[in-house]
Amino acid sequence: MSNGSDFSGVRLLALMRKEFLQILRDPSTLLIAVVLPIIILFLFAYAVSLDLEHVKIGVALETNDAQAQSLAASFSGTRYFMVTPARTRRALEPQLEAGILRGIVVIPADFAQRITHPAQGVIQILTDGSQPNTANFVAAYAQNILLQWLSDQQAINGVVLVPRFWFNPDVESRRFLVPGALAVVMTIIGTLLTALVVAREWERGTMEALMSTPVSVPEILLGKLVPYFLLGLVAMSIASLLAVFLFRVPLHGSWWALLLATSLFLIPALGQGLLISVLSKNQFIASQFALISGYLPAFMLSGFLFEIGSMPWPVRWLTHIVPARYFVSTLQTVFLVGNVWALFIPDMLSMLGIGAVFFLLARRKLHKSLEA
Amino acid sequence: MNVVVEQGDDRLAVQISGLSKQFGGAVALADISATLPYGRLTGIVGPDGAGKTTLLRLLAGLLTPNAGQLVVAGVDVVREPEAVHLQAGYMPQRFGLYEDLTVMENLLLYARLRAVSVAEQGAVFGRLLEFTRLGPFTDRLAGKLSGGMKQKLGLACALMGKPRVLLLDEPGVGVDPVSRQDLWHMVQVLTDDGMAVLWSTAYLDEAERCASVLLLDKGRIVFDGDPATLTRRLEGRCVRVSGFVEDKRALLTRALDLSSVSDGVIQGEGLRLVVRGKDFSEIKSFSDGLNAKYEQIPPRFEDAFIDLLGRTSGGHSVLADRFGKVSDRQGGTVSCADLTCRFGEFVATDHVSFQIRQGEIFGLLGPNGAGKSTTFRMLCGLLKPTSGEARVMGIDLRHASGAAKRQLGYMAQKFSLYGLLSVQQNLAFFAGAYGLDGAEARSRIEEMVDIFELRPFLSAEPERLPLGTRQRLALACSLMHRPPVLFLDEPTSGVDPLTRREFWTHINGLARQGVTVLVTTHFMEEAEYCDRVALILQGKVIALDQPDVLKQQAVSAEQPDPTMEEAFIYLIGAAREKMEVGV
Repeated sequence: MSNGSDFSGVRLLALMRKEFLQILRDPSTLLIAVVLPIIILFLFAYAVSLDLEHVKIGVALETNDAQAQSLAASFSGTRYFMVTPARTRRALEPQLEAGILRGIVVIPADFAQRITHPAQGVIQILTDGSQPNTANFVAAYAQNILLQWLSDQQAINGVVLVPRFWFNPDVESRRFLVPGALAVVMTIIGTLLTALVVAREWERGTMEALMSTPVSVPEILLGKLVPYFLLGLVAMSIASLLAVFLFRVPLHGSWWALLLATSLFLIPALGQGLLISVLSKNQFIASQFALISGYLPAFMLSGFLFEIGSMPWPVRWLTHIVPARYFVSTLQTVFLVGNVWALFIPDMLSMLGIGAVFFLLARRKLHKSLEA
Repeated sequence: MNVVVEQGDDRLAVQISGLSKQFGGAVALADISATLPYGRLTGIVGPDGAGKTTLLRLLAGLLTPNAGQLVVAGVDVVREPEAVHLQAGYMPQRFGLYEDLTVMENLLLYARLRAVSVAEQGAVFGRLLEFTRLGPFTDRLAGKLSGGMKQKLGLACALMGKPRVLLLDEPGVGVDPVSRQDLWHMVQVLTDDGMAVLWSTAYLDEAERCASVLLLDKGRIVFDGDPATLTRRLEGRCVRVSGFVEDKRALLTRALDLSSVSDGVIQGEGLRLVVRGKDFSEIKSFSDGLNAKYEQIPPRFEDAFIDLLGRTSGGHSVLADRFGKVSDRQGGTVSCADLTCRFGEFVATDHVSFQIRQGEIFGLLGPNGAGKSTTFRMLCGLLKPTSGEARVMGIDLRHASGAAKRQLGYMAQKFSLYGLLSVQQNLAFFAGAYGLDGAEARSRIEEMVDIFELRPFLSAEPERLPLGTRQRLALACSLMHRPPVLFLDEPTSGVDPLTRREFWTHINGLARQGVTVLVTTHFMEEAEYCDRVALILQGKVIALDQPDVLKQQAVSAEQPDPTMEEAFIYLIGAAREKMEVGV
């Protein structure tokens, strides 16, 4: 007979088989692993959009100059703005204050002189600073329209200026939101689901029965890890196929790079889930902890919705221990740019490193004993 | 006692010497020594919180002792806890199997974990399935098995890999009588084959059947040996007083307050009493004063158990004294008329009507699934009746269930305390929930802590407490606001005889103060404590009367003096026949 502490493939396979049967029979697991990712993807692909269209602005045309009128017309001619025309800015200011207009473009009386020295400012753009995102948008798009108009004017003189957005030529937010959403989905499956299933064994008393058998701690950990790793890959495949073929997010990199990045991210995500459940032994606490330490950082600190570069330094520093940060940047590169290994490798090593720390902690904290 | 344990003494299955275990500051086991041979069934017996589960977990290598030595099947458990997992099969108290796996999948899992080779599996499974009679149910999910079948499956999994020592933690709880017989029979076969079996229990009828018992109390061994030896110590100290006309409960209280009486219960139409010495003069004058007769009867293990622990509380309830008299009320305190509850096609409660007088103890009895709990829940406003009405203290539950709920104390069958709050916090929460605050809340909490002896557990989480203590806390929480009506759903299920006596002393005392009590129970002898009993079958009340009258109905040539259990079986049988004829 073998000693109880040895590693046994038979026992590991038995535990994995048990875990797969439980996954298949538990509707809530399948719901979290398959239905929830689809809902989240649809949400980010259709419901959440950082692009704005038909924003109400005012255009104060304070001169009758023909060029000025041509510029005013180009503001009206775009799908981004709905223009309320006026002769003076004073006529529009009350509407800006009332929040009816999001911004005012002032084409001043001395427009004809200013146009000869465009670098010193041609028009004035007033925006509603109480909604900073919209304000930035109005300012950026208005500038873009002005640049476009100026280049059209200069084209007549033989110079063409064409602004171009790299990696996302149509400036569609969906293209970077969907890869980010994939990272959130993987965090839910990796961390939340894993935290729940181990805590459940403690709650139902099955862990006590398991521990009275010759099974070893690495077998228990691997017996949980492998099935949920595979479940994570299945969910990722479904979500990626939806992203590429339904939401038309281009995949410039390779599927192999995507698979590798996902596999590497699942290590810290699953490790975190295992660690949480080993420490809390209670499904409710485990789920709360997984949400706060896994899901929320994946949302807020991964650079998926909020740019890391514009965060204050302590928060920026904190993002370095959020595995989702590395996954989001890898995913955005794989989807929007291509296989850039110089970017992938540091991110992948970081994920591996954080994962290793979680596993070592989980291994140290899980004892084959009921001592608290 | 210091036994030097020799490694590898092959004649002994379990050697324990100087074993101690503490949790935080609390002592769970204190300096325990014992040896157990192969081929014998040993009962680990004791009241709740005696340390039974801790001892079994230590033997299974799941806990580390603070001091002492422990050898199981030749393996030093302290030094090699892993090696014990191959030699000992362990069945935890809670059903430790996967409810979403089938019987066969559970067996396969444990066969692989316990290194039963594929070649052996067929023969082993065949033997275990035949043994447990689970053969026809191999494809059923374990969660869908009855309590008895679950325990048998747990036993089969613990037997995988032929352990030499089998550790069973309260296998008899929640198991119907037939399955319990099966379990006993199975364990008998195993010990005959030379296995050492340890069976922990708080039920004394189970303890009585063990070849040997280790009786634990407060972490110490108070008796080690044949249960019959212990029972014999009480020879000549047990009497039965019968043939009186007075109220049994009032007499029991008086008898328990006699200085020569150490213990007593209601048994049939008489009282079963244990005297301290061999002086029967007090009993004689007590009996003569009632025009009753008394006779000596043979002792039971339960008598000896209670006597050995020596913690009887007398017949007096301090709780009832503090509670004070409940003011009198005209008419019924709890009543229902044509109360009906349907779940789709299924009628759980079918036109049930009764009235409970103030100060009455009213019992609801019936087999599992008969509709007791549904009726009970409608009466305390937790479930809306489909039709019919229910009133508590005259308040219609359909219209003012909030007002009615303030008049009643409710103790649920299942654990109804907040697991993550400490005992102290639970008490404070329930005081607040019933609208007590400030000095009043503090004094009521103090009172409950004193009466139910909860002081040592104030900062503990209820989930970690032994069942008896948990039930005492639950009863304390339901009584904090001194309700005139008390609803108790299986209050004594799974608790030890000491706590059961304590509960009934309180219930009797409260009823005498005018509190109305509605109680469900599956202990037939407890029905004797009720003034009236309603028997429920298939949602209908099939009999409602005083226990004695119900027993009279079951009198026949073969059963001249039926027990409550016999009366129960007779009445249910008769009602089933009538229902079938009616259809």
